Amino acid sequence: MIAEAGLAALWLAAALALLQFGLSLAGNRLGELRAMVVPAAVLQGVLTLFAFAMLIWLFWRTDTSVVLVAANSHSDKPLIYRLSGAWGNHEGSMLLWVTVLAAAGALLALVERRLSQDSLRATLGAQALLALGFFGFLLIASNPFERLDPASLQGQGLNPLLQDPGLAFHPPTLYLGYVGLSVAFSLAVGALITREVGPALARAMRPWVLGAWVLLTVGIVAGSYWAYYELGWGGWWFWDPVENASLMPWLAATALLHSINVLAARGSLRAWTVMLAVVAFSMSMIGTFLVRSGILTSVHSFAVDPTRGSFILGLLVFYTGGALLLFALRIGSVREGARFDLVSREGALVVNNLLLTVILGTVFVGTLYPVAVEALVGEKISIGPPYFNAVTGPIVLLLAALLFIGPLLRWRRDSRPNLRRIAVPALVTLVALAATFAAPMGILPRLGLAFAAGLAAASLLPLAGRKLTRTPLTIWGMVVSHLGIAVAMAGAASDSAFTRETLAAARPGETLSVGPWRVRFNGVDPVDGPNWTAIEGHLTATRGGTTLRLDPQSRYFAAPPTETNEAAIVTRLDGQLYTVLGHQEGDRWQLRLWWKPFVTFIWLGGALIALGGLMALLGRVRRERRRVVGLEEQPA
Amino acid sequence: MNRRLWLALPLLLFAAFVFAVGWRLSSPPDPTVRSRMVGRPIPAFAAAPALAGRPGLASTDLGQGGPRLLNIFASWCVPCIAEAPALLELKRRGVPIDAIAIRDTSEDIADFLRDHGDPFERIGADPVGETQMALGSSGVPETFIVDGRGVIRYQHIGPLLPRDVGTMVAEWEKAR
Repeated sequence: MIAEAGLAALWLAAALALLQFGLSLAGNRLGELRAMVVPAAVLQGVLTLFAFAMLIWLFWRTDTSVVLVAANSHSDKPLIYRLSGAWGNHEGSMLLWVTVLAAAGALLALVERRLSQDSLRATLGAQALLALGFFGFLLIASNPFERLDPASLQGQGLNPLLQDPGLAFHPPTLYLGYVGLSVAFSLAVGALITREVGPALARAMRPWVLGAWVLLTVGIVAGSYWAYYELGWGGWWFWDPVENASLMPWLAATALLHSINVLAARGSLRAWTVMLAVVAFSMSMIGTFLVRSGILTSVHSFAVDPTRGSFILGLLVFYTGGALLLFALRIGSVREGARFDLVSREGALVVNNLLLTVILGTVFVGTLYPVAVEALVGEKISIGPPYFNAVTGPIVLLLAALLFIGPLLRWRRDSRPNLRRIAVPALVTLVALAATFAAPMGILPRLGLAFAAGLAAASLLPLAGRKLTRTPLTIWGMVVSHLGIAVAMAGAASDSAFTRETLAAARPGETLSVGPWRVRFNGVDPVDGPNWTAIEGHLTATRGGTTLRLDPQSRYFAAPPTETNEAAIVTRLDGQLYTVLGHQEGDRWQLRLWWKPFVTFIWLGGALIALGGLMALLGRVRRERRRVVGLEEQPA
Repeated sequence: MNRRLWLALPLLLFAAFVFAVGWRLSSPPDPTVRSRMVGRPIPAFAAAPALAGRPGLASTDLGQGGPRLLNIFASWCVPCIAEAPALLELKRRGVPIDAIAIRDTSEDIADFLRDHGDPFERIGADPVGETQMALGSSGVPETFIVDGRGVIRYQHIGPLLPRDVGTMVAEWEKAR
């Protein structure tokens, strides 16, 4: 009954989406019926949430009479993984996607008060059309509630790599971010339809983009940390197509975040902002499609039959193509915004946008190039980190350099920018650069360390000369995010400049050294987990007067049969010691040891970037509420 | 700035994306890992006997006399059950077959061979999968043909089905 209730709710929600789309199309001809658009959106959100709750319930009970549960869950699994199994598969993750999409539409219908009635209706219509396509995909091509007859005995289990608390919440976070951008997309489409592209649109869009961007940041940072400690290869970003799939929407959203500010404050960059909103959500769809279609093989992809792939591709062509076409038709009627000089706050933000767009284009081309080459020439090639690092590294450094001066410029024109204020950061950069010559390293890490130090100082400049308690949260948010970029850059540069690595086959009792550490291998023991067995290595690491114990494991899961490496990692103030136990070779065991100075700065910086976004979001919401209350007090 | 121009760029990129992806959907990639071991001598290994009273398997046992099949299997592997008839048929046609049991126990292997037939001459145990790794094998089941000089001449990934028997016999004949 639970599964049938969930399915019925989905059908009802799909019908409501159709109704909502029809109502918004009909526009003024229906008179008072228009008022039904908002309730339809809200009810649709509630129904899909209900359907998703039903799926969670089925997984919680491990109801193996449902195909999806039987194939992706196992009665022996710990509760949290029984639940995360609900979205750790194709159908469940698509249901999650639709749930977030419908819930976002409902929230938009409830809270949006700034847009004109016409624009809001067109926006909700676009959101309904988006939801409709994905409802169709769920109900026609990937029903999560399909029954299995006869029921299976205990279910098959979840990919053991995904059995990790961080990972249980990684997909939902990313999806919330992806789909939050759907609202920006719908707002852009609505504004194009009603020809109301202006500061009001930017103010309506901003909280959604900020929220989505914060969630994407958190999702990407968490995903990167997961890949670092779970996959046991010692790196934190591999430029894997799947990582790129989540990075591309983030880059577009970052650019959008900055161009929205120009549109809201000065009314400029109208066409560009609308375009970015379309691109950002398109990138989310493309990312989801790439990851879930089985086109790219990785731990993230669920094998999908070509029909499903074609279905999503069709949706993608319809939405992205349709939005780009609408953009092309309407953009002539979008008025040019206020003019500005190149040396101005707007000018700096335009440069920021161009640089981010170049990185986005680079990643996009690099990700799809192998597929395109294979299609055209039939030759298999792969594009790896060397390409991406070489191309994006310098642009990131340029962006960092831009941050020294950009936030200090005035709007519209700044004929005599106050360059004295950047004397301190410039000095810090030069001193840091000189200091890096104490150690041999590549040019990119060297410049990265120098710019990171300077940027840390420069990011605080907007606070100079202000009363800190009276400074708005939005300014604080900007400062914290930009500081986060400096911290993350320092971590990445330090990791590539100073990492020490030792690979050895050791007998119990032997001592190895890595960086400043001496690591003694004491032997191995078998250990048992809830649904795995493992060989656990015992290491003792010493440095000066510090002694640490590390127990890396090589785990073996029976259902499905898989082997995973659980690295043992110890975090100190100045870095991480990272150890992996490999295979047995006679009486020796393969050990991989890394000493990674300040590697944690990467994720610490990521967390700061997200925190800054959150502060800015809170600041915006507070300011908007005051404004709305203020408006209502004055009888117009 | 020419508006039309930068309008066309995303559309072009998007069209290229749709083309590439559409092509990929119509011809999905082959996910199997191709071993680079074909044409190379078999790596040195010595696997202890998997069953009491039966010989184990070392790399030196292969490459003596004629070509032999080396089957990588496990009692816990369902496709291995599916390929059992094909292996028995190969044995009936006079192809000598040795095996390596991956992450298995003697009791389970004995049960498996009792239930599904025993076409093997030597069975080595590979309790942690190191021999499997050395052979460049990525899963079970897999079958290699090793010639009389210890060189890997052919590799079949996945279960041997009745239709593969002819190919295997032909490849085995070629390796003589």
